[in-house]
Amino acid sequence: MNHVETTTDLPEDPMPTATATRTPRGGLAGPPGQAAQPGRVTSGLFDPGQLLRSLPDAFRKLDPRMMVKAPVMFVVEIGSVLTTALAVTDPGDWFGWAIAGWLWLTVLFANLAEAVAEGRGKAQADTLRKAKTDTVARRLTSGGGSALASAPRGTSSAPRGTSTAGAAEEQVPGTELRIGDLVVCEAGDIIPGDGDVVDGVASVDESAITGESAPVIRESGGDRSAVTGGTKVLSDRIVIKITTKPGETFIDRMIRLVEGAARQKTPNEIALNILLASLTIVFLLAVVTLQPFAAYAGAKQDMIVLAALLVCLIPTTIGALLSAIGIAGMDRLVQRNVLAMSGRAVEAAGDVSTLLLDKTGTITLGDRQAAEFVVVDGVREAELADAAQLSSLADETPEGRSIVVLAKERYGLRARHEGELGQAEFVPFTAQTRMSGVDLPDDDGAVRRVRKGAAAAVTGWVTERGGTVSPDAREKVDGISAAGGTPLLVAVDDLDGPRVLGVIYLKDVVKEGMRERFDELRRMGIKTVMITGDNPLTAKAIADEAGVDDFLAEATPEDKMALIKREQAGGKLVAMTGDGTNDAPALAQADVGVAMNTGTSAAKEAGNMVDLDSNPTKLIEIVEIGKQLLITRGALTTFSIANDVAKYFAIIPAMFAGVAGYEGLDTLNVMHLASSQSAILSAVIFNALIIIALVPLSLKGVRYRPMSADKMLRRNLAIYGLGGLIAPFIGIKLIDLLISLIPGIG
Amino acid sequence: MLQVLALVAALALVYRPLGDYLAAVYSSTRHLRVEKWIYRSIGANPSAEMRWPAYLRSVLAFSMAGVLFLYLLQRIQDVLPLSLGFTSISPHQSFNTAASFVANTNWQSYSGEQSMGHLVQTGGLAVQNFVSAAVGMAVAIALVRGFARTRTGDLGNFWADLVRGLIRVLIPMAIIGAIVLVACGAIQNFSGIHELGQFNGGSQHINGGAVASQEVIKELGTNGGGYFNANSAHPFENPNGLSNLFEIFLILVIPFSLTRTFGTMVGNARQGYAILGTMGLIWIGFVSLMMWTEFHHGGAALQEAGGAMEGKETRFGIGASALFSVSTTLTSTGAVNSFHSSNTGFGGGLDLLGMMLGEIAPGGVGSGLYGMLIMAVIAVFIAGLMVGRTPEYLGKKIGTREIKLAACYILITPALVLGFTALSMGLSTPPDSMLNVAENSVHGSGAHGFSEVLYAFTSGANNNGSAFGGLNANTQWYNTTIGLAMLLGRFLPMVFVLALAGSLAEQQGVPKTAGTLRTEKPLFAGLLVGAILIITGLTYFPALALGPMAEGLA
Repeated sequence: MNHVETTTDLPEDPMPTATATRTPRGGLAGPPGQAAQPGRVTSGLFDPGQLLRSLPDAFRKLDPRMMVKAPVMFVVEIGSVLTTALAVTDPGDWFGWAIAGWLWLTVLFANLAEAVAEGRGKAQADTLRKAKTDTVARRLTSGGGSALASAPRGTSSAPRGTSTAGAAEEQVPGTELRIGDLVVCEAGDIIPGDGDVVDGVASVDESAITGESAPVIRESGGDRSAVTGGTKVLSDRIVIKITTKPGETFIDRMIRLVEGAARQKTPNEIALNILLASLTIVFLLAVVTLQPFAAYAGAKQDMIVLAALLVCLIPTTIGALLSAIGIAGMDRLVQRNVLAMSGRAVEAAGDVSTLLLDKTGTITLGDRQAAEFVVVDGVREAELADAAQLSSLADETPEGRSIVVLAKERYGLRARHEGELGQAEFVPFTAQTRMSGVDLPDDDGAVRRVRKGAAAAVTGWVTERGGTVSPDAREKVDGISAAGGTPLLVAVDDLDGPRVLGVIYLKDVVKEGMRERFDELRRMGIKTVMITGDNPLTAKAIADEAGVDDFLAEATPEDKMALIKREQAGGKLVAMTGDGTNDAPALAQADVGVAMNTGTSAAKEAGNMVDLDSNPTKLIEIVEIGKQLLITRGALTTFSIANDVAKYFAIIPAMFAGVAGYEGLDTLNVMHLASSQSAILSAVIFNALIIIALVPLSLKGVRYRPMSADKMLRRNLAIYGLGGLIAPFIGIKLIDLLISLIPGIG
Repeated sequence: MLQVLALVAALALVYRPLGDYLAAVYSSTRHLRVEKWIYRSIGANPSAEMRWPAYLRSVLAFSMAGVLFLYLLQRIQDVLPLSLGFTSISPHQSFNTAASFVANTNWQSYSGEQSMGHLVQTGGLAVQNFVSAAVGMAVAIALVRGFARTRTGDLGNFWADLVRGLIRVLIPMAIIGAIVLVACGAIQNFSGIHELGQFNGGSQHINGGAVASQEVIKELGTNGGGYFNANSAHPFENPNGLSNLFEIFLILVIPFSLTRTFGTMVGNARQGYAILGTMGLIWIGFVSLMMWTEFHHGGAALQEAGGAMEGKETRFGIGASALFSVSTTLTSTGAVNSFHSSNTGFGGGLDLLGMMLGEIAPGGVGSGLYGMLIMAVIAVFIAGLMVGRTPEYLGKKIGTREIKLAACYILITPALVLGFTALSMGLSTPPDSMLNVAENSVHGSGAHGFSEVLYAFTSGANNNGSAFGGLNANTQWYNTTIGLAMLLGRFLPMVFVLALAGSLAEQQGVPKTAGTLRTEKPLFAGLLVGAILIITGLTYFPALALGPMAEGLA
């Protein structure tokens, strides 16, 4: 068999490498119940109460030093100050006060959007902080270090604590640990800092970070040596070599990330800001030059009206929501237990055109499954199935279990228990013998021995007992190998002598729905490459079955690296997942490198995202979230610009109503708004309210389904382009109707 | 209607051959003998690749030399031969005219037949008609190379592009065109001024001159500066309906065909068709609207005449005049065969809006293409996000640097148009230039007077050159400000276009996938039309409302 038995005596499933997408951890995700459905980017719930809670933050953000970072809203703030000043000079004019008030609300709503987005992160950061309680570290003094040096490493079977038992310990606060320090943690201890296990093996509760309550194994050597500060040792004793300075640990970085303190504007966000700023300048020009034009027409305009017009024209909707969209995008990743180290990586995820997917755990189930019993030399199928089942009863590996299941499903053989078979003596599977089986003595004392296992091992067993393996059996073994499967021989030695009954066809089972998923990705323009250590033949068979575009067989880390570089040389962006130290260079080279949280700290350093669930399938979701972020930005920009048309139709006729020689302009008042003042006020109110109305959308993101660029553009243009043209006509008219009900205005 | 069909058919006929020929001209590595002589005489190495700053320096140096030369030529006209006895031109008017012709605008604050002699007209102005058009094409080609090339900063050689545009494209086409025009009845001679008696007793001066040769490049190079003040309404420039249609054809032929050149050079003809479709859609839309407003205008006198005939030549009629005025304002030509000031309020507004779009449908020779490509970059940036990728156009990422340059480009003309118009309206003296100021002393000359000023700066900054009429632009204020608007409106955008070309050429291409925004599809062309109309419309809505809309809705 091609699997390795774990020799630890710990009860849990050692490594959840291939767990299905699970619901986000209760502690870190937002409101409960926002389960991430596999395969679709879903949205977080939006709680209106958040608006209220974020109000104080929104007021704090009115500070011009903070506002200046968002140029569009900064202009609105200046407009608010200006109109307020003008209203003060003419306190009797309700109109001036109304406009000034609504302009302030516009700014406030924009800040509110950002504060709400940040607020979600803050809640998460608080939960994380609780995990980061100040710990006392048990540091080994230098004597301990040398004692360790002589200790055997990486042997999980070593008696607990022997290697460092003699070393002296001292108690120091976790904050005083330096890189290279050795600390000891025993059951019940909180690990004081990030590091690698250099001795021992332990089960660790990482729920503080991952939200996953099932403990995980951490052991010295290999790819499972990384431990994270703030997690808790549940059993055994480990020695950890500290690899990060206090304050820079994973949990610290995570807190900074979710709080948005480390947030920097992404390249596309900067570019969009430039475009918005230039549009603002264009509209500033249009409004500033309007005054001399109006004066010439004999209708000099009130400064308040001009300020209102300017605020309505500049792209306030997207300007107000831009930063919230970015924060929410990162937040959606966090909700799926993925930490993006930079917003740039999230954006790059939307652009990815090549996905490198590890076969095991991503495309196929983690283990091979029995798919077929192939008889040889005319043996009856039922006999083979029976023998296969018997020989697998003592095989607790997933492969062994799958044989029992197949026997039951296909041949109706009930799984028998050890006690049922009387004197039966089970031969468990070991990595050395690569066989399992059972010896069944019958009443006469003759023993019927059944074995199943790797072809070479069983062939050896049969020949040893004086039997031969027929050419038919050899042929079938080779045939299965050639088809990419793993053949297991089933043999029996009874009164008829030792002989082979047949072959069990073990197959990599492609996860359900993968083919559809890859088809979707292809329609989105993303090429999938399967990475596997299998031989090319096996790899090809699985690649064909799963429907990936390409595969890399017998892949070494160098091969992966070369593949990434080759794709990038063609201008493509590459995303991959990895966990081992030898994955680190490739993770660093990839445009989106998702490190598994179970991986080594080198891998986590190298990648620009960490998946706390260590679920490689999530790469696909990450790409979708990246795309959703970009779509939301584009959709709201389009919406914002399209909105302006209606606002002109509201404000321009209002400005020149009743001016001699310009009566014709009243024709433009297509909405038939009640009065000049109500028209302008309605436009300003609509402009402010639309921000609040779109906060949920900007936090949740525009609904995204994988489809071709063409379809997606058509759909989004129809909703946000045409919708953006029409919606304000309706909105402004409705607000005007309401306003005109107020006595003294209509 | 028949004329429109004939025109479209003729344009379609030459579209592919001319477009491909242009692509071949600018991609060829061979130099003709006459070109080699020119390179040797100006000391240029035509095979040396230029990066964008070098390309830009050459464009600017060449053009500034042109301005200086033209300025001097006009200032010392009185001492030069072939002056027809005209005196030297005033400094501000000389500056204005020099800027105007070098900037491919051909705004004329003078009457050709009353102030410019043969030498200035043919040796100065007509020469600039050729070279300013060739400069425009060179810059457009440099931008196309920016899209087509990867991982290099090289944009080609300006001198080679300039000389080839002249020798292999404009001059041969102009010769053929001139012959056709002469055959139609346009004049071509160096005779002086003839004085003829008029029926009612007065006398009339009739100038001779190399009219056909200047007329053809005036249209072909989308220049627009007429030999005569009446421009293409003058029978010597535009004798009959056939010559009229031919002149419209000349105006549109290179700008439209350049989209084919673009498609060929970027290796995807359909990308060119998408741009062509965008330009064509706007052009057809404007033609239809213009026809509608000119034919169906209210008012008893107009109804009696079958439409708005005021200011139109009876030789051409309303249809041909509408077609001409749309074509001339949607390109940077500015030649006129009717008086835009006399169009209906909406008609004048369409002329204005056409120019405000930035002369991109199909626009000036070269400048139309690069202006449209900049708009495509902006449209891609906004819409591209909606397909879930960071924006890219023709395999080039539209990042921070690219959008900064494109945003600067689209800021320039509105700033010039609105800024100068506001100054003119705000200052006390300039509005006096408006002719009908006396009619309505309370509010100046009303919405129409405002349209005149707005039109002048829109025309100047967009390098159109047509005038609304009515405005006396030969004042120190207008000569200077419009001159500045023309120079800045021509060369500042070129700075950003070339910088953008350089930035694009340095990029590595992004391969096209199913997730890429398909910029060669009708959907994108439609989106581009929408983006252009909305962005322009929003920028100029208040100004248009106070001018042509107020007039048209009255």
